[in-house]
Parts: sequence; C-alpha cells; structure tokens
Amino acid sequence: MKSITKTLVAALLAVPLLGGTVSAYELTIPTLDYRTGPYAPNGIPFANGYSDYLTMLNERDGGINGAKIKLAPCETAYNTKRGVECYESTKGQGESGALVFQPLSTGITYQLIPKSSVDRIPIFSMGYGRTSAANGKIFPWVFNFPATYWSQATVFVQYIADQEGGMDKLKGKKIALVYHNSAYGKEPIRTLESAAAKFGFELMLLPVDHPGQEQKATWLQVRKERPDWVLMWGWGVMNQVAIKEAASIRFPMNRFIGVWWSGSENDVLPAGDKADGYLSGAFHQPGDNFPAHDDIKKYVYDQGKGKGERDRIGEVLYNRGLVAAMWTSEAIRKAMEIHGTNKIKGVHLRDGFEALDVDEARLTELGLPNFTIPVKISCENHEGPGKVALQQWDAKAKKWSLVSKFYEPLRDITGPLIAADSAQYAKENNVVPRICG
Amino acid sequence: MIYRETGQFKANYADDQALFPIAQDRYVIYAVLFATFAVVPMILNQYWLNAIILPFLIYSLAALGLNVLTGYCGQVSLGTGGFMAVGAFSIYKLMVAVPELGFITLVILSGIITAAVGALFGLPSLRIKGFYLAVATLASQFFLIWLFNKVGWFFNYNATGMITSPPMTIFGVLVTGPEATVTAKYFLVASIVAVFALVAKNLARGRFGRNWMAIRDMDIAAELIGVRPLIAKLSAFAVSSFYIGMAGALYFAVWLGSAEPTEAFDINQSFLVLFMIIIGGLGSVLGSFLGAGFLVLMPILLKNILVDGFGTDSALAAHIEIMTVGALIIIFLIVEPHGLARLWRIAKEKLRLWPFPY
Repeated sequence: MKSITKTLVAALLAVPLLGGTVSAYELTIPTLDYRTGPYAPNGIPFANGYSDYLTMLNERDGGINGAKIKLAPCETAYNTKRGVECYESTKGQGESGALVFQPLSTGITYQLIPKSSVDRIPIFSMGYGRTSAANGKIFPWVFNFPATYWSQATVFVQYIADQEGGMDKLKGKKIALVYHNSAYGKEPIRTLESAAAKFGFELMLLPVDHPGQEQKATWLQVRKERPDWVLMWGWGVMNQVAIKEAASIRFPMNRFIGVWWSGSENDVLPAGDKADGYLSGAFHQPGDNFPAHDDIKKYVYDQGKGKGERDRIGEVLYNRGLVAAMWTSEAIRKAMEIHGTNKIKGVHLRDGFEALDVDEARLTELGLPNFTIPVKISCENHEGPGKVALQQWDAKAKKWSLVSKFYEPLRDITGPLIAADSAQYAKENNVVPRICG
Repeated sequence: MIYRETGQFKANYADDQALFPIAQDRYVIYAVLFATFAVVPMILNQYWLNAIILPFLIYSLAALGLNVLTGYCGQVSLGTGGFMAVGAFSIYKLMVAVPELGFITLVILSGIITAAVGALFGLPSLRIKGFYLAVATLASQFFLIWLFNKVGWFFNYNATGMITSPPMTIFGVLVTGPEATVTAKYFLVASIVAVFALVAKNLARGRFGRNWMAIRDMDIAAELIGVRPLIAKLSAFAVSSFYIGMAGALYFAVWLGSAEPTEAFDINQSFLVLFMIIIGGLGSVLGSFLGAGFLVLMPILLKNILVDGFGTDSALAAHIEIMTVGALIIIFLIVEPHGLARLWRIAKEKLRLWPFPY
C-alpha cells in the first residue's frame, strides 16, 4: 500500500517535470499558406516546400540548435484581409511569438510592412513585395533578397538584348508587359519605363484583372500589335491562361518571358507541347536531385509527415518554398549565434537576417550544392546579390532547366528608383532613415 | 413578464414618439452602449478588436447604408464596393491635401463626396427598376474601380497604385497609421457607428423614411399620394452612399491602412454587404448589425474552432468554412426569409405575451 502511495506521489511530482520537458523552447514560424482559391495551384507547392524543409530540420536535427520549430499554418487564400487576420492571430503564438512572416503575396506584404516595424517581427518577402524595401536604412524589418522585381526586369531587358545581338539593337523593338492588375503586377512598370527611355524600345502595357481567367482581349491586342517580346507578371490561374492564349495565337514561346512566379510546372503543363520553349526568371535550380531533397524524403515523407505528394518534390515552386525555408533557418542560426542563445524572438531574428551570409560552401554543407546564388545581406542592402537567371521549359521532357548565366541587374536604373521610392515612403510615414555602420 | 409595457403610460407626445417607446428596449440600448464603450475594450484583446470587432463595426455601417437603399427604398444595388472605394479614395486625397481639417471632418466629407457620386449613379433608378437597376449599379462598381486603377491622380501617381493612410490624430491620439493603438481605432469607429446608427433609426421613421418605404411598397401609389420619386429615390441613393462612403473611408484609413482598388473593393464586397442585409433583415437597423456580425464573425469563428480547437488542416478548414457559411445562408433564407431581425421581432412578440400566449 505504502509503495503504491509512494509511486503515486512520485508520479505526481514527475508530472510538472515532464511538462517542463514538453514545453521546451519552440520557434514559432507562421506559414501564411493559400491552398484554396484561384492562386492555390501556385500556393500549394510553395507552402509544401516551406513546411517540409522545416519539418525535416525538426526530424533530422531536432530543430535548430536544439530548439524545435513549430509551424503555425493559416490559410489566406491570397486575400489581403484574411492575410492580415492571419497575421494578427499568429503573431503572438507560442513562447517565441511569431519569428518571421513569409506572406507570399505582394498585397499582404504591403499591409504588413508598417505593422511589422511596430510589432518588431521581420518580414522575409523573398523576391516579391515592395521592391524599395531593398533599402535597409528605411525598411529595417523587411528583407526581399535574393533579388527584386526591378532587378529582374532589368535582367530580362539584358537577356533580350543578348538574343537580339547587343544593347543597341533594342532600339525600335516593341516589348509588351502582360501584368496582374494589382500592386504586384504593377511593380516592374517604372523600371521598364526607364529602361525603355534609356535603350529606346517601346513598352506596351497590358493589364489583366484578377483572377486572370479572361485574357482573350489582351492576346488579341498582342496579335494585333505584334510585339517582339512579351514579358509577364502573372500569378495563379492567370499564368496557365496566358500561356495557353499565347500558344493559340502562335506567339513564339522563346520570346515570352515570365517573372519567376510565372514559371512553374503548373503554369506550362496545361498548354501541353505548345508551351515548349517558354522562358521565366529563376534564382535556384529545379529538380529533386540534391541531398537535401533525399533527406526530406527520408525524414519527412517516409514518416508520413509530408505536406504534399512525394512525386511533386522538386517542382520549381516546391524548391522556391524550400529555399525560403533554408534562408530562414540559416538566419535563425545566425541570430542564435549573435545573441548567444537559442531562445530567440522576432526582434533577434532580424539581426540574423541582416548578418546572413550563405555562400557556396555553406550551401554544400546544407545539401544544396549549386542550388542557388550565394547571398550576403548587410544593413543597407536587403536585396542581397540581385542576380537572376532564366530557365526554359522543355515540354517533351517535362522539365525546367536554367539556360542562361546569372545576370547582374542594371543598378544604374534600379538604384535611383529604389532611392526615390523608399525616400517617398519615409516622407509619407515619418520614417527617419537609420545610419548604417 | 419581464418584457411587457403594461403600466408604462405616455403622458405627452414626446414620450409617445420616442425612438424606443418601450422602457425595456431603452435599457437594452443603454446596456449595449455601456458594453460597447466600457466593457468591450476592457475585456477583448488586440486580436479580437482588430481582426473581428473593427471589421464588424465598419461592415455594419456599410450594411446600414445599403439597407437604406435596398431595405427601405427597395432599390437593389450591386455597387457597394465601388462606393466604398469612392469613400476610401476621397479620404486618402483629403488626408494628403487638407489634414488640418481633422479626421472626423474628413470622414464626413468623404461621405458627402460619395453621396454626390451615389446620387449621380442613382439617376438611372428613375427610369429602370429591379434587376435592370441592379445591372446599372453593377456597371458603376466596375467603372469606379477601373477609374481608380487607371487615373494616377487618385493614388498620387504611386508606382503600384496602392494608397496608404498617413498617420492622423484626434485630440492628440493617433487613430490611423501603424502606430495607432487598436483601442483608439475602436473608440473612433464605435462612436461614429453609434451616432450614425441613431441617425439612421431616426431617418427611417421620419418623413424621408416613410417616403422611401412608400416607394418601395408601390411606387405608382406613392406618386399618387404625393411622394416625389425623384426626391425620394435620389435622397435614398445619397444617404445610402453617404453611409457606405464613410464605411469605405474607415475601412481603408483605420482598418486596412493601405489598399489597392482591385482587391479591397472588388465585386465580392458588394455581394458581401448585400448578403449581410439579406441575412440580417431588409429594412431594419438592427438587421444591418446582425447580418454584418453573422458574416464577419461566422467564418472566423469556424476557422478558430476547426483549426485551433480540433487541429484541422488549415486548407480543409477553409473549405469546410466556405461550405458551412453557404449552407447556413440557405438555411436562414428558407427558415426565415425576412432575416435575423425578423427572428428578433417574433421573439419580442412572444415575450410580450409570455407566459399566457393565445
């Protein structure tokens, strides 16, 4: 009898201790996914890649430096209002609070930029969102590396020049921009306008309204005006429709370049063989032949913890989510190193992002050799390298592959535009630019 | 027993014509006002105030506006999103140009601008009715959004076409911009909504309201007894747009902080507000609040129950939510086609007779 009481007492005493180990410090990372609505075909693979990589870190390494990652998913449907609701509901979750937001929507990013500096949570709008946030002096809480829309637009101009045979050959050419009629789609217009003025090509603007299922008129105009090149800033169902429409008017696919959000398997497959040769921007490799992918299969999918389907690992947007998670986790590691603890919060992680330095050697260590470009962030430059390559779709092999070098952006065009736009933001919102050491 | 006016004698006309002639109703209103201004901000956290209560109040104001037009005057409108955009872009231009007028003046001014635009788009209502009018107002929705997207002057030639509300204060307290506290925003919006709900309640039972209802019930008969359709219809459009414009201004400047026309004010907004008044009850001030509450709270409540309560996958929860809200709308329309406000009215009737129903 006595022994039973003793065991009971011991068991009771152990409960709080057990509780203590269970509630070890967790790093809360909200994922603002969209698996519903007209943008779901693109939102799903990205969300899967992002979650799977972080789950893999949990399963393989037990988290980051002993702190487990806790994902807090919230469905936004690519809708700004729901995105803000998600932000409000997840920002205070867990002991760490939300560490970083990756909204994957330019509209939501614009909403969160002012909020994040008040709540002191960094935003990692990887290759989207507000371009002038590249200016770290005015946007200390926003990071948009590895390259912005404006850099990308100038890279496309350079690629076109290379194909035409030199920058001087751009004169008199006609380039059309088919864009999602929203803050996202309008981002490159200023840059392309200044490039048009500088190099003497003609720019044609063709907006497509949300969600982009109706584009007959747009492509009729393309057919009528016969631009030499078509650029596209599209997302979701708009991409597939545009590529199909371009195919139906027999626009040459190797003269049709999509932004890196308009170049995934989902976008080209519906057009079948006719999509062959379609180009898009890229900053990482497609495919699942990297050691990190093997680890994801082994530690995540073999355990039944995967978010998506196993045979879709390695799709372009899956890898995009993966690379976002990789940089995020590296920033977390850096922040832990700087602050000497693994109990970091959003405010610490910001320092981690700002000191981020992922070179080729580190990429190889992470199991992603030659996967993407080396990234180094500094106090004033939140865009990082800004380099962009082009990838091309091979409809026979059903594969994307990089077909160009990584171009440097034309900083003489983007630089003044970034300075002007961020200065305007600072003026409108009474932001005092900080001094960078 | 509790809810009975027996013994409440009216000794003069003022008492007889009071807004809430029954004492119990008055107590309820006082209690609601007390709760709104003293209890709610104390007990609710930031998330609740910002993500649920603020949109609820703002949509209530928009629903009140649409209810004036559709519920009281019988003119169907699908242009609510467009009129909200007019309010939002008016206040943006005003905040940038003349911030010294003060925020509340600017909200009312943007309401007045929207009223003018609304009256203009209401002109076709003098000739066309019913579904045809709905199509005409639908045109205004698309035209206005197109205009705000196309003409750079409206968004001060910003590269992305987004408008962002600059910080403004009332009595030294920030109410817009990211640094404004949710509590300050809440008090501002709650006060505006309370005042204008009272105005709406008064308008509806006065000469204007009676003219509107006469037009709604039978326009030819109304004309014969001396109601002028031009004045009645255009005033309904103007008053309705005034409310919707103020709602749009608050929606953009206080709640969202920044907006782009295509997404924030698209056709779904128009439908959402229309659903609110249909579910809440056409021709009822209370119904506007009930409908807004139902459509704002329901999805978030469902999401929180499913995702946080049962750990459902967030995408699955979103799908369940869409289905549930749709099903609930249908159930409500079948069970009580006159909306939630009608349920309340029936409950009131029953309460009066209780415990001796006949």
